[in-house]
Amino acid sequence: MKLVLDSPSIDRAVTRMAHEILEKNKGTQDLCLMGIQTRGVILAQRLKTQIQRIAKVEVPTGILDINLYRDDLTRVAEQPVIHKTEINFDLANKIVVLVDDVLYTGRTIRAALDALTDFGRPKRIEVAILIDRGHRELPIRADFVGKNIPTNEDEIVHVRFTETDGKEEVTVDQK
Amino acid sequence: MTETSWTRKDLLALEDLSKEEIELILKTAESFKEVSAREVKKVPALRGKSIANLFFEASTRTRTSFEVAAKRLSADTINFSSSGSSTSKGESLSDTAKNIEAMQVDTIVMRHSSSGSAEYLSKVVKAGVINAGDGIHEHPTQGLLDIFTIKEKKKNITGLKVCLIGDILHSRVARSNIWGLTKLGAKVTVCGPPTLIPRGIEKLGVSVEYDVDKAIKDQDVLNILRIQLERQAGAFFPSIREYAAEYGISVDRMKKAKSDVIIMHPGPINRGVELAAEVADGANSVILEQVTNGIAVRMAVLFLTTMVER
Repeated sequence: MKLVLDSPSIDRAVTRMAHEILEKNKGTQDLCLMGIQTRGVILAQRLKTQIQRIAKVEVPTGILDINLYRDDLTRVAEQPVIHKTEINFDLANKIVVLVDDVLYTGRTIRAALDALTDFGRPKRIEVAILIDRGHRELPIRADFVGKNIPTNEDEIVHVRFTETDGKEEVTVDQK
Repeated sequence: MTETSWTRKDLLALEDLSKEEIELILKTAESFKEVSAREVKKVPALRGKSIANLFFEASTRTRTSFEVAAKRLSADTINFSSSGSSTSKGESLSDTAKNIEAMQVDTIVMRHSSSGSAEYLSKVVKAGVINAGDGIHEHPTQGLLDIFTIKEKKKNITGLKVCLIGDILHSRVARSNIWGLTKLGAKVTVCGPPTLIPRGIEKLGVSVEYDVDKAIKDQDVLNILRIQLERQAGAFFPSIREYAAEYGISVDRMKKAKSDVIIMHPGPINRGVELAAEVADGANSVILEQVTNGIAVRMAVLFLTTMVER
C-alpha cells in the first residue's frame, strides 16, 4: 500500500480545484456541480463549500447515478446497486462540472455525458477529478485535476473519505 | 448499505424472498422513481432486451404498468392476451410460452387464473418469469408497491399496524401483502366476513378481526381489497348493500380510525361498496400514489431479474 494523499493534501487539492473552476469559468455565472455517485457526490459537496467560501455564492449541486448508462451493464458479474439521481435545477444553458473521485478508463464520464443529455442541454460540460490515474480507453480528459498519479493497470486507487470510509486518504494498492 | 445481491431470474412470490431481497427491490425502486419525473422519462438500462406481457386474465392497470415500466427502461415490449391468441385454439401454456421464448424474449410477465402457473412456467422456460397474479396465490409486484407506498408515507415498516379489509379468501394481493409485510416486521390484521377469511390464516402470522369498527382503531394503514362483485354476490354474504353497511369504509367509519391513517386500494374500486367515494378521494387516500409507485417498483423488478444471466 502506498499513501499518495493524506487528509491535509486532499483539502489543499480541493481548495485549489475550487479556485481553478472559478478562474476558468470567470466566476459562478451559470455554474453548477454534478457529483457522480458515490464519492463524487462527497467531492462535489466539498467543492461547493469551497466555492461558497471564496465567491460567497451557493452553486446548484446535483447527484448523478450513472449505472443505468454503463456500456458494460449486461456484462458485469455483480449487479450494480442503483443509487439516486437528484437534479433539482434546469440544466439548459448551464456550465456543468462533473465531479468524480478517480478518472481511469473514461467510461464513467462517457456514461455521465449520456445521462446528462437526458436531463437537458447544458452550455458546456467540464470534468473535475481528484485523482487522474491514466489508462484512458476513450477520448476523454479532465479539466480540473487534484493529482495526477501514474499507475500500472494491476494497481487499484482507493479514495477514502470520512463520510463513506471513516478516514481521509488516497492510496495505491496492488490488486 | 445493503450487501445483498440479486440472483433470481424470476419473481414468483414474496413468500420466496428474504427480507434483504425485498429491501433491495424497494431501494432500487426508490432510485427508479426519479426517472418517471424527468422530462425524458427513459434510461437505457434494458436496451435490446425484450419483455413479453402474457395476460390470460383481464387487466388494464397491471399490464399497462408493466408495459410503461419496461419502456422507461428502454426494453421492447410484446403483448399477448388470451382472447384472439392461440390459447383460444387450445394451445397449452407451456407451448405458448415456449413459442414466445423461441422469439428470443428475455422476460415473460404473466397473469393467469391458475394458482402456481407462474412457478410452473418458470420451470419450463429459460426466460425470466414475473408473476403478475396467479389465481388466488400471489401478486408480488402489487404487494411490493403497497409496501413501497407504506414505507414512503410512514418511513418505517417495523412495528407498523396494517389492516387488510375485505375478501381475504380470494385475494392474491392480500397474500403478497401478508408475506412481505410480516417479513419486514409489520403487525398485520385481516378483517372481513368470516366466509371470506380463510381458516388457519393466523399461521401466516396475522391476527383476525371480524368486526371492522374494532379492527380499524389504532391502525396506521388500511388496505381495502376489492369485492369481486362478479364472483361473490349472494354466495359469501347476503347482499352488496349489507357488505357495504358492515365492512365498507365510509366517512362515518373513518372517524374511528387514526387521523393519519393511510387508505390504500389495489383498484379497481367499487365506489360505495368497499370504499366510499369521499374516502377514496379524501386526504388520507394514497390510491393514485400506489399507481405511480407501481411503475417504479416494476422497473426495479424488471431490471433486477432481466439482468440476471439466463
